Amino acid sequence: MTGKTGSGRRPDGAAFIIAALLAVFGAVLLWDAARIPETGGYAGIGPAAMPRLVGLVLIVLAGLTALGGFRGRLADVPRQNPVALLWIGGGLAAQIALLQVVGFSVATGLLFAATAAAFGKRNLALTLPLGIALAFFIYGIFDRLLQLNLPGGVLETLIWGG
Amino acid sequence: MSTFEFLLQGLSTAMQPMILMYALIGVTLGTAVGVLPGIGPALTVALLLPVTYGLDPAGSLIMFAGIYYGGMYGGSTTSILLNTPGESASIVTALEGNRMARAGRGGPALATAAIGSFVAGLLATLALAFLAPQIVKLALVFGPREYFALMLLAFVTVSAAFGESTLKGITSLFIGLGLAVVGIDGLTGQARMSFGVPQLLDGVEVTTLAVAMFALGEALFVSAQGGAGDDKVQDIRGSVRMTKADWKRSWPAWLRGSAIGFPIGAMPAGGADIASFLSYGTEKRMSKYPEEFGHGAIEGVAGPEAANNAAAAGTLVPLLTLGLPTTATAAIMLAGFQQFGLQPGPLLFATAPELVWGLIASLLIANVMLLVLNLPLIRFWVLLLRIPRPWLYAGILMFATLGTIGVNPSSVELTMLALFGFLGYGMRLYGYPIAPVVVGMILGPMAEAQLRRALAIAQGDWTTLVSTPLSAILIGIAALALIVPMILRLRGRGAVLAQIAGDED
Repeated sequence: MTGKTGSGRRPDGAAFIIAALLAVFGAVLLWDAARIPETGGYAGIGPAAMPRLVGLVLIVLAGLTALGGFRGRLADVPRQNPVALLWIGGGLAAQIALLQVVGFSVATGLLFAATAAAFGKRNLALTLPLGIALAFFIYGIFDRLLQLNLPGGVLETLIWGG
Repeated sequence: MSTFEFLLQGLSTAMQPMILMYALIGVTLGTAVGVLPGIGPALTVALLLPVTYGLDPAGSLIMFAGIYYGGMYGGSTTSILLNTPGESASIVTALEGNRMARAGRGGPALATAAIGSFVAGLLATLALAFLAPQIVKLALVFGPREYFALMLLAFVTVSAAFGESTLKGITSLFIGLGLAVVGIDGLTGQARMSFGVPQLLDGVEVTTLAVAMFALGEALFVSAQGGAGDDKVQDIRGSVRMTKADWKRSWPAWLRGSAIGFPIGAMPAGGADIASFLSYGTEKRMSKYPEEFGHGAIEGVAGPEAANNAAAAGTLVPLLTLGLPTTATAAIMLAGFQQFGLQPGPLLFATAPELVWGLIASLLIANVMLLVLNLPLIRFWVLLLRIPRPWLYAGILMFATLGTIGVNPSSVELTMLALFGFLGYGMRLYGYPIAPVVVGMILGPMAEAQLRRALAIAQGDWTTLVSTPLSAILIGIAALALIVPMILRLRGRGAVLAQIAGDED
């Protein structure tokens, strides 16, 4: 989780990407603050002051991060397994896309199966029904018992009756 | 009324069957998440925020505090038996505790951790009860500038004072402050950073951010490391009883740990993880058996475990009396108070004394419950450690998205959840701390409001910020806490600070 700095002296590409992202975030804050009318009132500073300050500091931090990137590595990052990230990312995307269409249980069951796959359980014929059953059980507890408003679909309507 | 009478009154609140029920749920959940690697109390409280919308405020807050205490107890079990800390404040416990477990002394290690947590929790909760009214009296003279100075201090200690790099800590903090800007400005009603998207006017939900950063980020991180790191769970061989010698060596360590932990938690000086590191160092220096350190010295378990529980209780001092969170869990608990329209601070002691004292008193009861849960029932919790990782993380993600869907089932909110999850993964990968983002996000708007109020009172005169001795001293300490660690790191003394990195909870 915490890498060690300064093992190599080669410029670190990751540091530049992080610096760029920070700079973009800072620039967006500044850009948004620019269109806020400055109504300081008695305080002398208004709603635009905070985003302006944070934006400026983020750009300075981006500069410092980039400078650090020239001096050596930001962190020693172990080899990552992109397939696992894709599984979880895909599971989340599927859940977002399908939530309102097929309801909470099926969409969340998909996420469950995708996450299990990311951790090595690739047997979807087992994990998918298990995930849907579990999500359905959770839906029952939280939507019916605790009155949390979860989006229902065909499955929920069929069994709990709308 | 004296503190003692208030406490008795609180006990009568806390003994109501429903409140006892909430406390029991809280400590049970807390122990479970403490035991499970990868999820901690901050995440659990965040997940439960939406679920408790419709429930009783006192009961919910007592449950949250129970989760915090329980997490501190449960974390030690994982550290000792698995050598993977269950939560960040138990990292040092793993050093000696796991050695003891490998040497077949897992039982006494678990016992000294649980009893030490109990002793420290009890002492620190009593200290909280007696200290809180004094701070409340003091806080009555606080104006916006003093609050702003205190928040500045909290920002620095959370982000920059500890950890491997000032730059990374500050960067995390400002990411949180930047995200906090999204939404409607509390003082003028001006929309900021919302780009015409109506869902963004509400701002970023605390639940969404915390769940994404802690649960999703962690799941992504662990999955991307591949199958490596399957640690063996040590069995508890024999009884969990401690011998006479164990007791003799544990007692002073528990007391020292409590004495170190409580002030660190109570001052905005960082959380339980820092307290446990300092306690470990102290025990190592003071021990009569220094040669045993690194090979399973019982003091090395007893001290830090007492310290992290005392610090957890200590964090409640600034949270309840000043409304100032100093750890990620405390920050999310503050969001919990606000959800019920309560603002922790001196006023709360006057307007809702039965709630505040009920909460404090129920912590005493929660402590007793936790001792029972964590000693006689320890074998049950060990079963949780044997849940295979695919099922564990699949279940965590299921509950993580449930929290967000429950608040706001919109695709905008879920997309934010996914994006923040990958942000959390990236930050873990490159060693950026997570806690400053959460604290910055929750404390940022409060600090901004206090600053603008202070300036409005002084007609825009910035020197008002240092015009009282108290605010000047607080800002001075904040500056020192920022500069001294930077100098230490420049002079190559950063390793110690990196070790006591405040990581998650």
